[in-house]
Amino acid sequence: MAASNDGLPVRTGFLGWLNERLPVDSFMRDQLTGYYAPKNFNFWYFFGVLSIVALVIQLFSGIFLTMFYKVGEESSFDSVEYIMREVKYGWLIRYVHSTGASAFFIVVYLHMFRAFLYGSYKAPRELLWLFGMLIYLALMAEAFMGYVLPWGNMSFWGAQVIVNLFGTIPVIGPGLVEWIRGDYGIADATLNRFFSLHVVAVPLVLLLLVALHLVALRQNGSNNPDGVEIKARKGADGKPLDGIPFHPYYTVKDLVGVGLFLMLFTVVVFFVPTLGGLFLEAPNFEPANALSTPEHIAPVWYFTPFYAILRAVPDQQMGALLMAASVAFFVFLPWLDRSPVKSWRYRPLRWRIWLAIFTISFLVLGYLGLKPAEGTYVLLARIFTALYFAFFILMPFYTRGEPTDRVPDRVTFHHD
Amino acid sequence: MSDHSGTHSAALPADGSLEVDQDRRGFLTLATVATGAVGVAFAATPFLASWSPSERARAAGAPVEVDVSKIEPGQMLTVTWRKRAVYVVHRTPSMVDRLAGHDGELKDPESQKSEQPEFARNAERSVRNDFLIVEGTCTHLGCLPKPRFDSGAAPELGADWPGGFFCPCHGSRFDLAGRVFNGSPASQNLRIPVYSFPNEKTLIIGVDAATTGAA
Repeated sequence: MAASNDGLPVRTGFLGWLNERLPVDSFMRDQLTGYYAPKNFNFWYFFGVLSIVALVIQLFSGIFLTMFYKVGEESSFDSVEYIMREVKYGWLIRYVHSTGASAFFIVVYLHMFRAFLYGSYKAPRELLWLFGMLIYLALMAEAFMGYVLPWGNMSFWGAQVIVNLFGTIPVIGPGLVEWIRGDYGIADATLNRFFSLHVVAVPLVLLLLVALHLVALRQNGSNNPDGVEIKARKGADGKPLDGIPFHPYYTVKDLVGVGLFLMLFTVVVFFVPTLGGLFLEAPNFEPANALSTPEHIAPVWYFTPFYAILRAVPDQQMGALLMAASVAFFVFLPWLDRSPVKSWRYRPLRWRIWLAIFTISFLVLGYLGLKPAEGTYVLLARIFTALYFAFFILMPFYTRGEPTDRVPDRVTFHHD
Repeated sequence: MSDHSGTHSAALPADGSLEVDQDRRGFLTLATVATGAVGVAFAATPFLASWSPSERARAAGAPVEVDVSKIEPGQMLTVTWRKRAVYVVHRTPSMVDRLAGHDGELKDPESQKSEQPEFARNAERSVRNDFLIVEGTCTHLGCLPKPRFDSGAAPELGADWPGGFFCPCHGSRFDLAGRVFNGSPASQNLRIPVYSFPNEKTLIIGVDAATTGAA
């Protein structure tokens, strides 16, 4: 493809010299002006590009935070306060980073939900989905370790709870936990290695995975709200009839989405950076204290559905196992869903009801994970944990041979 | 550049076929990969080992001495040993009495599945009835269980609470010997550290009687 000169401008002078040495024009053509995307994208298709925007915000603000943050049991908490009170605009840089973490998860969850709605994980895009899942896992590790760095009391006890989850693994568990911590408890050694992983190792892995995600996307092109493969119907010029060039059409459309996103983002940064304890929790404004557990340990909102599942089970090993399974089931989605039709627009009521059950379970569990584990909350967590798993485990049965509507040959423009 | 295609084709057999010993090539490939894998494993070892507790961390995990004569009956002292809270509880005779009678509500009344030194595998889970020495680390996920020694009804503890510990994180409940109640997310009793009493007033956490030579 790169060898072809079709549609490339004739260049002389510096641009001619440059293009002989670097495939600037052909790269632009292959990836943007000659890359055809379905013309029926709706607002759900903003969240991919917004995930990249969130990643860039985190990298940029993170680099600046690293200039002022001093890692260490004795210095971490104080240096964060120093950033907040004494570094010029330090408060802004930190709030951008803390709000960016939550914003990243919001757009990633919506991006994933889009895949559920339109069957974007189905053949031939299973690997695209898998790379996405790896990004999600790396993002969870990144967020968890970042949360430990301010060394507040919730950082400390959150790390305690999460690291001890590895202790439930039979035989190797206790040794593994000691190895992860590098001490007999969560300590300076733990904080230091989390810092290294948070600012160097995991971001590198994330960037690599995002690159692979995009390459896999380019291979088959985007899915769309109708779940129709636009490459199946091409015009005389060999271009998909239902496709439009990514640039300028979607770059310009995405700019509008980015603008709206940044408006909401800055409102949170400037007016409600803690969002009532959802984005930044009050116990984390106290320094880490190994001898005082916060009254009620809750992770940041984006982990609470899984945390609620962990607590719903009255057995530690089983709880940790179910928590791992609740994330792992996402990975197998392309193979659990047996329906030949991608988009929910052409799938039966049965599928829509199951999808609604799953979505409601996820949201309710997210709420319960913020609440103390007692009384009715535990009972509700158990019910919705069962529904959450039923969605995945029963999927091969309720999707096999499901009565679907006829999928149109071409994309449509009705709204859902 | 010189014309290297001539030199290249000269190495080929006259009939243009390539005679490759596939067995030999396969063996050499496998041997190279295996040698490389061993090398990677050796090279990875120091990096993996660097995550284990350092010499400084090990030294800081030395035994801790406590003067138990200063703890009033019914009181609890929290000491830190190896970054963990260790609870030293001076049990009154009434507290010891309240250990009996609820074995049916416990997950592991005999401490068969729990971690403790042999000397603490008994109903009181201790060397001396009047002193409970227990790690203040919930066996569920490591929070600090809070002392709730008073018996009686409390909403989160149940109607006939005999006194013990309550973990505020996930609601695990333990009795005054650190034994876990049914319905708790924790599956094991609270861990008992290695300890010994070299004399009536002194407790050493981290060393057992065999090492100090005391009873």
